[in-house]
Amino acid sequence: MNRIILTLLAFFLLIGEAMAQTVRNPEIDQWWSSPGIIGTALLIAIISFVAILIIGARLSAFIQGLQKRSQLRDKEEIKSELVNWDEEDLDWILENRKAAKKYRLSGSEHSGRKISEDKRGLIAKVTQDPENPLVDEKKHETLQLETPQPLRSLIVWYLGAAVFWLVFGTLVGQYMGMKFIWPEMDQIPWLSFGRLRPVHTNTVFWGWASMAMVGLAYFIISRTSNTRIFSYSLAKTAWYLMNSAVVLGNFLLMNGVNNGGGEYREYIWPIALLFAAGLILTFYNFYQTVAKRKISEIYISNWYLLGGLIWTITLVVIGYLPTFQDGLGETVIQGYYMHQGVGMWFMTFTLGLVYYYLPTSLNKPIYSYSLGVLAFWTQMLFYTLIGTHHFVFSPLPWWLQTVAIVFSAGMFIPVLSGTTNFLMTMKGSWSAISKSYVLPFFLVGVVFYFVGSTQGSLQAFRLTNFIWHFTDFNVAHSHMTMYGIITFILWACIYAILPKITGKEPPALGVGIHFWLAFVGLFAYMISLMAGGTLRGLSWIEGESFINSVVLMQPYWVWRAIGGSLMFVSHLVFAYNFLEMTRSEKPAPAQVSPAISPAHA
Amino acid sequence: MFDFHKNHKLLVLTAFLGFAVLSTVIAVFPALQLQQVKPLPGMKEMSSEELKGLQVYVSENCMACHTQQVRNIEMDQVWGQRPSLASDYYYSKQRLDFWRQSPSVLGSERTGPDLTEVGKRQPGKEWHLLHLFNPRIVVKESVMPGYPWLFEEKSPAMVTKGDLVVPVPGELLKNPDHKLVAKEEALHLVAYLQSLVQTDLGAELSPDFIPSTRKKSEAKQADTSIGLDGLQLYTETCSACHQATGEGIAGAFPPLAGSKIVNDPDPNILVQIILSGYDARPEFGAMPPFADLLTDEEIAAIATHERKSWGNTAPAVTPEQVAEIRKFVQNQ
Repeated sequence: MNRIILTLLAFFLLIGEAMAQTVRNPEIDQWWSSPGIIGTALLIAIISFVAILIIGARLSAFIQGLQKRSQLRDKEEIKSELVNWDEEDLDWILENRKAAKKYRLSGSEHSGRKISEDKRGLIAKVTQDPENPLVDEKKHETLQLETPQPLRSLIVWYLGAAVFWLVFGTLVGQYMGMKFIWPEMDQIPWLSFGRLRPVHTNTVFWGWASMAMVGLAYFIISRTSNTRIFSYSLAKTAWYLMNSAVVLGNFLLMNGVNNGGGEYREYIWPIALLFAAGLILTFYNFYQTVAKRKISEIYISNWYLLGGLIWTITLVVIGYLPTFQDGLGETVIQGYYMHQGVGMWFMTFTLGLVYYYLPTSLNKPIYSYSLGVLAFWTQMLFYTLIGTHHFVFSPLPWWLQTVAIVFSAGMFIPVLSGTTNFLMTMKGSWSAISKSYVLPFFLVGVVFYFVGSTQGSLQAFRLTNFIWHFTDFNVAHSHMTMYGIITFILWACIYAILPKITGKEPPALGVGIHFWLAFVGLFAYMISLMAGGTLRGLSWIEGESFINSVVLMQPYWVWRAIGGSLMFVSHLVFAYNFLEMTRSEKPAPAQVSPAISPAHA
Repeated sequence: MFDFHKNHKLLVLTAFLGFAVLSTVIAVFPALQLQQVKPLPGMKEMSSEELKGLQVYVSENCMACHTQQVRNIEMDQVWGQRPSLASDYYYSKQRLDFWRQSPSVLGSERTGPDLTEVGKRQPGKEWHLLHLFNPRIVVKESVMPGYPWLFEEKSPAMVTKGDLVVPVPGELLKNPDHKLVAKEEALHLVAYLQSLVQTDLGAELSPDFIPSTRKKSEAKQADTSIGLDGLQLYTETCSACHQATGEGIAGAFPPLAGSKIVNDPDPNILVQIILSGYDARPEFGAMPPFADLLTDEEIAAIATHERKSWGNTAPAVTPEQVAEIRKFVQNQ
């Protein structure tokens, strides 16, 4: 064995040597791709692998030896004890064991010979077949949370608006996806690609995700503070402010009024001001509610919710202040703004939602409170510094790019803490997943949280920027995160809380269709753009003419449109499920308020 | 003292201050510093027409698909003669007006080509106008949307002297007998696009590109020794107007297939046209000069490709012939 390893080592060393000799002037810029480095890394990997194998084998042999010895000892002890036993006692034990082995249930243990009857009318329906022969029957939500009527109506208002924006925003996205295949679908100025793209992104950001997040947070903030919301009317005002920002902003974008094309700040400042005012009111409302909480501790969810709001307010102010936005100053702010919009608002706030809704869905506490605290502060420290990784190799200062790349790698810490925390919370309840219509959404969201964020960190490296920057790979990444993480988690939270406060469950089949269409659609979308994006980047590196790379993308754009269609259809099903959950006619005891009807009218 | 778990004021204040300090260091300060840069020597200020064109560019959100940054890596060399510098954006990235800020022209997606030097690459007004009206007239595979609302159809009687008529085939118009006239917005946009050229710094001052892969630079060295790929050069430089088929576009760009000039055994006129441009025939658009853009080897490769393709059969052109004609043209 050792001799084989030695020979292998020598062989690889020789190859490394031979390769190194062909290079006369090693280029420092590409140290990572030089054969010497790759070879060394490979060698170290091989050695470590072999070492682990050997150590593993040794350890397991040692442990087995120990176990064998103690088993032998036990056997001897039992033998010596048995010899001393009374024969009658032994027979008695053996007879009993025989009888126990033969025992079978008769099927009438509860009723005996009596006829079974339901005197109190407790049984609603008797069925011999499960609802669906293929999958586990989903457990029904039996828990009803007593919620003050205004809070219930508030949540339904926010979620209703969110659902509307989701359907609208993804309809726009779906339409644009088809334009890659049929560029001449229409000749209408306000439906042209350039104008619609920000309509899609801003609608799903500030319409769908933001409204859903704030709505879901109102429940947490009141519940975990054990008190009422500070002011319902402020919450309503914020609803109007934020929604009118999305309506007016989209209207202006379609008419060609664009703040300057920086992603996610395409709304001009008066519109952004409307939205920011909504955020400030929401923050004030949350803060005051937490301030008059009836328990001394501030639950970890509320850290994330308050943090996300105060950070985003700061972010919008910096993103729109004109003082430092000329020349490349604008580009620095753009990288900072677009990344923090995602990181400090959507990600931070959604994590806050997970810290409440995941444990309550599983009916157990979060695995580690301290990991949540660690993730909170590292989220602030690392996420804030990485905006410039959207402009690697650009004319922005090299040090700024390096800082962004280094801290992108640092993002592993909050991401790993979060993922570990959530998975460990779910551990031991895996069987609950197949029986719940909420947990599959959480599982997908958490897994994507790890995969999407880690992939994002890797994408920030200089090498990966060569291949992927400017290609559709970026588009795949943003859908992996904004859809795979944020949207799936928001769905999980909505399905977790709405039935509990309205008393109406969504149809199980509807939730199933929603889940699978969205999941499969996302995969088709992501994989096609990742594959196409990589090939396109390679084609650019090879120096082929640009139009080749456009032709090359065609089949991948078709698959993207197919995936996008599946996702869009799933949103229609989700909208139907939402209507089912908030339908007015409802059994006692939970009463529905008339106030919710405008939200889905 | 630092009990974040129980003191909500302290928690929120710490989170806010932490974020504010980090943001100042990573975003506000660098941004303030970067807007201090001065324009490059010899850089031209944007004319009012070009500025209006930039406004159209922003309104239609061209930044969604087109970048304007030459990164300092070798693969971006096709988009400019040198990597972009902060000063390059001095004039184009100023606040647009009271409502709108400095435009994000650097972009983050290259669904369409980079436009840093499109003014040099596609210098013809006719080409730009045709391309804006319907990109697939000039580039069949393009997925760019058309911008017909930047143009208007007029009956021939209504066309005035100042109108710029775009030579679009009649079947693409709503009324085949009408003429297509470029609106002001289209002309401004084209003026802006034509102004997009990197300021020349000379080889010494220009920053270098980082070579992307060793394989590529070796391949390049090999290339020069065995001659250039005429087809690829033609695709990159000429096919936008004359088309990959060599058929040109009726009414806009003349065909090269079967052309007398191309097939002339003496390449003199062909090479002269490539070097100094051509605008002698009113029924076609003007051709820009390529003397400063292409080397003798490149022109020889392109001319040879043209003379051997699409049924053309004329002898090859050598770099030496091109060099001679270039000398002659310069002395004129």
